[in-house]
Amino acid sequence: MTNSTLPNTATAMTTPPPPSAAPGVMVGSQLNARIPDGDPETAWLRRRQEYRVVNPANRKKFTVAVVGTGLAGAGAAAALAELGFEVHAFCYQDSPRRAHSIAAQGGINAARARKVDNDSLYRFVVDTVKGGDFRGREAEAYRLGQESVRVIDHMNAIGAPFAREYGGALATRSFGGVQVSRTYYTRGQTGQQLQLSAYQQLMRQVQAGTVKLHPRTEMLDLIMEDGAARGVIVRDLVTGEIHAQVADAVILATGGYGTVYYLSTLAVGCNASAAWRAHRLGAYLGNPSMVQFHPTCLPVMTPWQSKTILMSESLRNDGRMWVPLKPGDERAPGDIPEAERDYYLERKYPAYGNLSPRDISSRAGKEQIDSGHGVGPMHNATYLDLADAIKRLGANTIWERYSNLLEMYRIAVGEDPMQVPIRIAPNTHYTMGGLWVDYNLMSSIPGLFVGGEANSSYHGANRLGANSLLSASVDGWFVLPYAVMDYLAGRLGQARPALDSTAVLSAFERAQARTEALLQVRGTRTPAEFHKQLGNYLWEGCGLNRSDKSLKTAIGQIRALRSEFWQDVLVTGKGLGVNQTLEKAGRVADFLELAELLCVDALDRDESCGAHFRIEHQAAGEAVRDDDHWMFASAWATTAPLDFATNPTLRFTRHAEPLHYTNIQPARRNYQ
Amino acid sequence: MKLTLQIWRQRDTKDPGHYETFEVDQLDVGMSLLEMLDRLNEQLVHEGKEAIAFDSDCRESICGTCGVNVNGRPHGPRPHVTSCMQRLRSFRDGETVRIEPLRSGAFPVRKDLVVDRSGLDRIIAAGGTVALPAGTAPDSDAVGVGHDQVERALDFAACIGCGACVSACPNGAAVLFTGAKVAHLSMLPIPAIEKVPRAEHMVAAMEDEFGPCSQYGECALVCPQNVPLTAIAFLQKERLKSLLHPRV
Ligand SMILES: Cc1cc2nc3c(=O)[nH]c(=O)nc-3n(C[C@H](O)[C@H](O)[C@H](O)COP(=O)(O)OP(=O)(O)OC[C@H]3O[C@@H](n4cnc5c(N)ncnc54)[C@H](O)[C@@H]3O)c2cc1C
Repeated sequence: MTNSTLPNTATAMTTPPPPSAAPGVMVGSQLNARIPDGDPETAWLRRRQEYRVVNPANRKKFTVAVVGTGLAGAGAAAALAELGFEVHAFCYQDSPRRAHSIAAQGGINAARARKVDNDSLYRFVVDTVKGGDFRGREAEAYRLGQESVRVIDHMNAIGAPFAREYGGALATRSFGGVQVSRTYYTRGQTGQQLQLSAYQQLMRQVQAGTVKLHPRTEMLDLIMEDGAARGVIVRDLVTGEIHAQVADAVILATGGYGTVYYLSTLAVGCNASAAWRAHRLGAYLGNPSMVQFHPTCLPVMTPWQSKTILMSESLRNDGRMWVPLKPGDERAPGDIPEAERDYYLERKYPAYGNLSPRDISSRAGKEQIDSGHGVGPMHNATYLDLADAIKRLGANTIWERYSNLLEMYRIAVGEDPMQVPIRIAPNTHYTMGGLWVDYNLMSSIPGLFVGGEANSSYHGANRLGANSLLSASVDGWFVLPYAVMDYLAGRLGQARPALDSTAVLSAFERAQARTEALLQVRGTRTPAEFHKQLGNYLWEGCGLNRSDKSLKTAIGQIRALRSEFWQDVLVTGKGLGVNQTLEKAGRVADFLELAELLCVDALDRDESCGAHFRIEHQAAGEAVRDDDHWMFASAWATTAPLDFATNPTLRFTRHAEPLHYTNIQPARRNYQ
Repeated sequence: MKLTLQIWRQRDTKDPGHYETFEVDQLDVGMSLLEMLDRLNEQLVHEGKEAIAFDSDCRESICGTCGVNVNGRPHGPRPHVTSCMQRLRSFRDGETVRIEPLRSGAFPVRKDLVVDRSGLDRIIAAGGTVALPAGTAPDSDAVGVGHDQVERALDFAACIGCGACVSACPNGAAVLFTGAKVAHLSMLPIPAIEKVPRAEHMVAAMEDEFGPCSQYGECALVCPQNVPLTAIAFLQKERLKSLLHPRV
């Protein structure tokens, strides 16, 4: 099918959004995402034609606050500064270069479709929309594919040394769930090279004086005037001082919140605070329970483990996953004979075997661990065994293919994966959910834009591998500059709030009161202890498998833990100066609220889709969607007193953004 | 496992600072160096004391946030491995371990083990960039680059900006860091267009804040990314060229 003709069929919910299965949830209104009508393929072009521009001479008059310097934030800040706007850029790390985009390994997708493997824009959109299990926006998938071409060219030109063929052309590799080869990469460090390139362009603007950089600075609150975002309240993490930055528009590009589960593949500083505070002020949160778990992470080895390192999925091309047949088998792997091993993926999913998709592999692994078949000192892992591949292809070939990963494993675990099977376990990796934004990446608060992993765009219920470096880059370099300029054009001649206005002072006082409240509890448990406990509750209640029962249990546990937190948290030190315990406490306090909504969203969504797996809705281990009732994105509002220094009761309202598919027809996944 | 830790404590930049000794036991050899500090901090907070401040983020050796000197060696005993990936199995049971910030005149201590490495950002800002606004790049397949050429560029581009090289250098030089960026960008066709002014500006920024190179080579010995020492030669070469060229 070609997609140049205007579509005449549209699939949408056949019934209005259902009442909620989650107690106390109110059903809100239907949202308009401001997606251009008509053919989704031409939507972005048409929208750009509608956008207003600001005369270059007037651009200096506008200030934009950009929170986050990852691929989304650094891109947006640099691009807006290149256009001539005044930009303030914030990040919590000591340098903007260190945003967690730096940790991405595998690659970045692009619909360049130069080869004759029959890739195309259309195929990219199909893969993205299907990968998202029909819970993402079709028109946005088109935009993602269309702008991907410029992303690669731009990144290449500003210094990303993409892998090349011997003839000099860009090389590509294949990546999960896709039958063509459209993933661009720089060895196993694609995120690093993209992030450093974006960072350098940001620094170029810092040198030019168009970007004022605020590293080691954490956003604590949002300045709101007349219902619109007009700046941020931040804490200088070195001096401890809290100050205000007023702006005409605010961009949040603060990354994912997977760290709410305590252990994840994210950096230990990743947090939800900026997004959650904006949410509490009225920015809807989209599909918060849509979280992707990665099947091949290093398992937890000591009770003190602070994160789970990702081992690239590519290992599954040559590794076989197995566990001992006998639960609790303490023998060394080499002593367990072939007949006493369960190659569980090959057994359960004979067609795809060890290459079954991420969510299926993750759930199968957890099932083995939960039923007592887990291996390793803590019985919390399964084996990924390279022995057969080494026998078949030779040790040299295997070492060449995966040397950096195997070396990392050797350092981290102290075992030689060429001799002993690798131990792996599933863990939290990526959050499809985030602040709800319309097609222009503006949240439900006017003037507040959200880019990158922090928003809920593009990926629906499940993100396709290598699509998120892309979405963060597209947002930063090629969507936000247009959309934010359009917004600013409508503000010409309007003033920003004065530093002594009520808008600024009330936000400032909220942030100040929160900091003092955390210091004053002086209880007996550290913020990290609360965080770990919260992680356990979430992992059990709202992890790979969710059920009515597990979610209700988790909600009760989280509420209780939150009230214990506000009575018993112990933060030593002062508000002034470096105080990492205080930083942690603030982040955990926000996680404790977000976690409740995460579970409420999962309980509310009475279907399975993508990574959201409700055990009540499955057929042979596969998620069963309910398109008649749930073909919409949930956008949540939380109502509670605007006081971040206590533990109020949270009340939730679910708004719904109906989803329409015109060029791609919803279908069910099947991997058996 | 049991260790005696001598850890640098410093209230703020002005405080002269001192070592404080802690006995830690029941350690697991699989813990990382930083997880040991996490555990010690939990204990300190429980005792009502202030936690030891130290930097870290990704904890998988790529972000460059972490870095402490361990027994005088940047990052720790295992060569070419960041502090976050150093495991306690590298230490002997009962050993005394001295942990201090990444020492260098160019890295003022902000608190305890936290230093200010923003001088490195200023070197990049001075010229480790490409003057090419968003959207104006040519088709990347139209400008071919050899397979080995990009792989070589990546050897230099792999620098994580942790500052271990500066701390290892007796002069506090940042030539490995600066040379790596100059080399990386000179090897790619579009960024190479600006290589002459780049080297000049980056070297000027580097000399403003960092010491001179005496070719000791200590920097490359500790580099977690194995950035080749040839970065230094590269820098000298590009710099000579920039001296021969008139200013642009
Ligand atoms: C281990 C790993 C491997 C991955 N591999 C791939 C891959 O191969 N391909 C792919 O496409 N995707 C991959 N991903 C996903 C992808 O890397 C991320 O989704 C993407 O990089 C996010 O970019 P971002 O700009 O939205 O956020 P980030 O890069 O996380 O940046 C967030 C920024 O926000 C700042 N910030 C956060 N909170 C605050 C606050 N309160 N105040 C001030 N500043 C704040 C931070 O300082 C930082 O600058 C991977 C992810 C992980 C964790």
